[in-house]
Amino acid sequence: MAERIFEIPLYPYRRSRDQDASAPVRHPVVVVGAGPVGLAAAIDLALQDVPVVVLDDNEKVSFGSRAICFAKRPLEILDRLGCGEEMAAKGVQWDTGKVFCRDHEIYAFRLLEEEGHKFPAFINLQQYHLERYLVERLRALQAEGKPVDLRGKNKVDAIGRHEDHVTLEITTPEGPYNLEAEWLIACDGANSSMRRMLGIDFVGQVFEDNFLIADVVMEADFPSERWFWFDPPFNPEQSALLHKQPDNLWRIDFQLGWDIDREKELRPENIDRRLRAMLGDDIEYELEWSSIYTFQCRRMEKFRHGRVLFAGDAAHQVSPFGARGANSGFQDTDNLVWKLKLVLEGHAPEALLESYNEERVMAADENILNSTRSTDFITPKSETSRIFRDAVLDLAAHHDFARPLINTGRLSVPATYDGSALNGPDADGLPRALRPGAPAVDAPLKEGWLLERLGNRFQLLAIGTAAEKGLELGGVEIETIHLSPDESPELAARYLGDAQSAVYLLRPDQHVAARWRAFDRRAVLEALARATAQGEA
Amino acid sequence: MAKLETSPNIPAADEFFAALLAAHEGLSKEESDALNARLILILANHLGDMEVLEEALKIARNPGAASG
Ligand SMILES: Cc1cc2nc3c(=O)[nH]c(=O)nc-3n(C[C@H](O)[C@H](O)[C@H](O)COP(=O)(O)OP(=O)(O)OC[C@H]3O[C@@H](n4cnc5c(N)ncnc54)[C@H](O)[C@@H]3O)c2cc1C
Repeated sequence: MAERIFEIPLYPYRRSRDQDASAPVRHPVVVVGAGPVGLAAAIDLALQDVPVVVLDDNEKVSFGSRAICFAKRPLEILDRLGCGEEMAAKGVQWDTGKVFCRDHEIYAFRLLEEEGHKFPAFINLQQYHLERYLVERLRALQAEGKPVDLRGKNKVDAIGRHEDHVTLEITTPEGPYNLEAEWLIACDGANSSMRRMLGIDFVGQVFEDNFLIADVVMEADFPSERWFWFDPPFNPEQSALLHKQPDNLWRIDFQLGWDIDREKELRPENIDRRLRAMLGDDIEYELEWSSIYTFQCRRMEKFRHGRVLFAGDAAHQVSPFGARGANSGFQDTDNLVWKLKLVLEGHAPEALLESYNEERVMAADENILNSTRSTDFITPKSETSRIFRDAVLDLAAHHDFARPLINTGRLSVPATYDGSALNGPDADGLPRALRPGAPAVDAPLKEGWLLERLGNRFQLLAIGTAAEKGLELGGVEIETIHLSPDESPELAARYLGDAQSAVYLLRPDQHVAARWRAFDRRAVLEALARATAQGEA
Repeated sequence: MAKLETSPNIPAADEFFAALLAAHEGLSKEESDALNARLILILANHLGDMEVLEEALKIARNPGAASG
């Protein structure tokens, strides 16, 4: 077999000048971990001209096969970072899902995409491709002279917390060196050593289950559909999932139960037996990857610990049902980076970072809740829950009404930060989906897309009315954008509803800070002060 | 205000009860449990109103508690 992408060093070790410095060099931001979340954080910071160093003890993309499903909101974030289009183009979409129970199909459904968005509801793309695009984007920014440095084979062995900085002890193939960071973003994954070094608990629920994942290359023209089985003959009492990825690659998930012999299950002949029972004896395939995983649902109590900020799997973990792991990790750094930039520039107090904790903990709880519910449906925890689960499946074969109760994973949708301390006033009569705390929703414009115009700074979006330009408060500037409701029916429907006009104050992460029916200078500046925690200690 | 109907609402109470038992006749415990689960789901969907359903769940869980 040809060398697989996750076996090729993408960012091999190179000696850094910092290793020859006589005293530890201090950087504004150090990111630990170059997984999807750490890379996104680094790209975002570099785009904002905040110097950043990324350290990873590896030098390759994520080993083997992990995430495959990436949802609309993360794609929009990745587009803001400059690499969403390539990913969407490479990824595959499915529009038909089938649910099977035992030996028969219960029902098939078509996914109806809402029109008028640049990105689809989700794509399937191997995590290693996604990470490769991120590394390429980071390299392109570097070539443009942006202040970002990615250091492979740099393992962080110890950190020390201080009033105004963090110290790091790092091991490289050429020996150890030390660094200092004003702020450290810990994106070092589920087994976060940063978390351990700070002695922080990570409590939650370990699900008593094992899943065998097999990525197989099949040339056969198998339909591009998502198939989910409950209690299939080839995996009795358990579930199974079939999903398409780019490059004729198929992801197959077999639920195995708790009490298993891992080594035995992973033997190629046993995997082959399962695959043939499922797909038929005459299939031809090549096994690209297989592994067994168990998962957990848990989060840290707080994502901010002084000058150490946790993001991605290091901060929270969910079951894979609903694809909320990496998807929510991108939303973490999306939320964090603009706040960190304002604090570093002295335009906002450190208190602003508490809102990172508040907002993303809220989102993590929502993700954990959703993925726990899916898990409970797929793997009933008691006799009674199994009886109800099976009743739903039996009814669904004949009656539409039971189908929404089937839960094989709810697609990751972004959290709305209801009740966040950063939210300003809402206005009556505007669509609820875009209330303060919600992420801006895309809409087509005469040229391009709305979201292409939004982000990276505070913006005042005035639709069907006039708003002042050049507003500023404590060094934070607001860019004013005027749009006519005639740009597109979607824009008018999503942002105005039945109203004639609206003024939205948007944060640099494209979330709504406040909104009004008409421009009011004082109200906008008050909302900006609130959204940047100005006036707080 | 309570939305769940808790005063008698089935005119032919005896008929209904007999029909309920008849539906279970000849079933094993396991089959009966499955029938009950399906029945609950069918009726819950018919009601549809989350407030009503929550009230019903509360009373079912604890029949002695005050309703409403
Ligand atoms: C089978 C499976 C399927 C999944 N499917 C999906 C899906 O469809 N959609 C989805 O969104 N998510 C999915 N996930 C979850 C997703 O893979 C993770 O959420 C994602 O990888 C988390 O990214 P991260 O950057 O936080 O951490 P990681 O990807 O784990 O990266 C952490 C990085 O930190 C580095 N590191 C660790 N310790 C140190 C140290 N001391 N010093 C330096 N570097 C260090 C590691 O080398 C690594 O590169 C799935 C996971 C699995 C296992």
